[in-house]
Amino acid sequence: MIEIKDLHKSYKMGSNSLHVLKGINFSVEEGELVAIMGSSGSGKSTLLNILGMLDELDEGSYTLDGVPIVNLNETKAANYRNKFLGFVFQSFNLINYKTAMENVALPLYYQRMPRKEREEKSLKYLDQVGLKEWATHLPSELSGGQKQRVAIARAMAAEPKVLLADEPTGALDSKTSYEVMDLIQKINDQGNTILIVTHEPDIANMCKRIVHLKDGIILEDKKVKQVRAAAYV
Amino acid sequence: MFDIERWQEIFETIRKNKLRTVLTGISVASGIFILVILLGFGQGMQNGIALEFEEDASNRIGVWTQVTTKEYKGLNPGRPITLRNENYAYVEDKFADELEYKSPNFRVFDASINYKKESGAYSVQGISPEYQHIENEFISQGRFLNYKDHESVSKVAVISNKIHRELLQNEENPVGRELKIADLSFQIIGVYGDKGGEREENRVYIPLSTGQRVFNGGDSLNMMFFTLKPAATFEKTLEESVRFTDEIKTYLKQAHTVAPDDESAINTFNTLENVQRFMNLMMGIKSFFWFVGVCTIIAGIVGVSNIMLIIVKERTREIGIRKALGAKPWSIVGMILHEAVFVTAVSGFGGLIVSMGLLELVGPNVEVDYVSNPSIDFNVALTTVFLLIFAGTLAGFFPAWRAARIKPIEALKEE
Repeated sequence: MIEIKDLHKSYKMGSNSLHVLKGINFSVEEGELVAIMGSSGSGKSTLLNILGMLDELDEGSYTLDGVPIVNLNETKAANYRNKFLGFVFQSFNLINYKTAMENVALPLYYQRMPRKEREEKSLKYLDQVGLKEWATHLPSELSGGQKQRVAIARAMAAEPKVLLADEPTGALDSKTSYEVMDLIQKINDQGNTILIVTHEPDIANMCKRIVHLKDGIILEDKKVKQVRAAAYV
Repeated sequence: MFDIERWQEIFETIRKNKLRTVLTGISVASGIFILVILLGFGQGMQNGIALEFEEDASNRIGVWTQVTTKEYKGLNPGRPITLRNENYAYVEDKFADELEYKSPNFRVFDASINYKKESGAYSVQGISPEYQHIENEFISQGRFLNYKDHESVSKVAVISNKIHRELLQNEENPVGRELKIADLSFQIIGVYGDKGGEREENRVYIPLSTGQRVFNGGDSLNMMFFTLKPAATFEKTLEESVRFTDEIKTYLKQAHTVAPDDESAINTFNTLENVQRFMNLMMGIKSFFWFVGVCTIIAGIVGVSNIMLIIVKERTREIGIRKALGAKPWSIVGMILHEAVFVTAVSGFGGLIVSMGLLELVGPNVEVDYVSNPSIDFNVALTTVFLLIFAGTLAGFFPAWRAARIKPIEALKEE
């Protein structure tokens, strides 16, 4: 599903250049649930942004579902993002003046889906995350956990190839974090490929594979026995 | 533009961001409102001033005399100069081709006039029939004087509407009734009105010949009035009338043995020179209002641009989210501009309708000196609305374009 070869990325900080990713080789099969771990500054978020086409790579190659991701212009990137990827952010990033349902329907709007279908589909995904009765509520009326579930529903509504989650539990307490992880595990059980960036070991252990990043290189890449979050809920 | 989904998205955004929308709307609407009212008022002032000047024929030339101030050919200064019938006859004869209307004037101020038991003091003016056109008098009843009255030295009089009201107590059928001027009976043959209003209606007109005889004037005149046939252009007319005035002066100075450089013995006025000044004044007023109007529009444009900048800034994070969800840069720009154009257009036309409605409603009822029927050219108003919409769009485009081009990751960091 994802194939990365010899990935380099550096940032210009004034006159200095900060080499963040120093040759990453990494691939993900369909249906995997991967945790990318590392301390802050290890380059894990940068990796996720490049995977999500929110940022550009300097060197190396990136293939997503057999499509080489090269020479990205904004329009092309937007197309790929819309077709291939779903995002879940630490700070939820819901549009605050849109209701839960409208937020979920937004990627479908950019897929040029008619309004009726959009509404039906977004209700279906809200139902999957257990928030059907909250469909007409604004984000400000939802709790943190609920917001993140709306965000997950939004990411899933576009039926992406890969779900990318950047510290999805970073702003939540442990109980709510486990609820969100339980949801993510269930989505993964349906066969969806999911990548999660986290620095919390317990969250990482709820995945099927952990990739340790340190100073821009992969330190360790191992399969783990998944801890089911349902046990803690 | 006719993408129904886009419209729905825009309306949703507008509905849920009322404050932002209302602020943009008010700034545009008030800009248009102020401009329309201002230009309308400027037009009203122009109309009003034109009305004030309408009272007299605009190319009127008047001649009158005072005492000499300079010694000349053995004659002492301080000698009074009097215009004579022969002076008038000479000018009338010499400039026959150029003159349009002409009239001598022999006047007595504060002549006592009686009608039945009422009495009053008015100016009595002996004139020629053509004086009607020189003063722009209109006839309400009866007729004005004619040359027959002049030749037969008839004791006939034309009174004004004001005198008709004050002295005759609005008597019905005033024409044919007798009134006494300096204890002599005169027959009223007509009632006139003056566009300049009542302060121009304190005069009773009688034939010149009658006036000179009744008030022992001999062949003396107080003034002479002339209007010239208009030339092809205003400049030409002005030039002709200045030359005409100079020639009359020269002639009168010779005829009355006045020093050529004595400027106070023979006096003239030329309303055309006033017209020139009036036209300059008009230009001044017009330019001023346009200047203020353009400044208002610029202020409006700056206001709209500011709001657009703030809107885009405020929505940067939202733009980042939309891009992460697959929005293309052009769809972001389109969305922001679509909303901007829609809001500016609606509020711009709103301001236009309200202000034009106000002008239509209040305009005709404005009755102040120097302001009359303020109104505005609809096309000018419409153009300004489109200008403002265009400026708003342009002002919105650059920040929108920049925002659509920042990487989603940067936009998402924006708080």
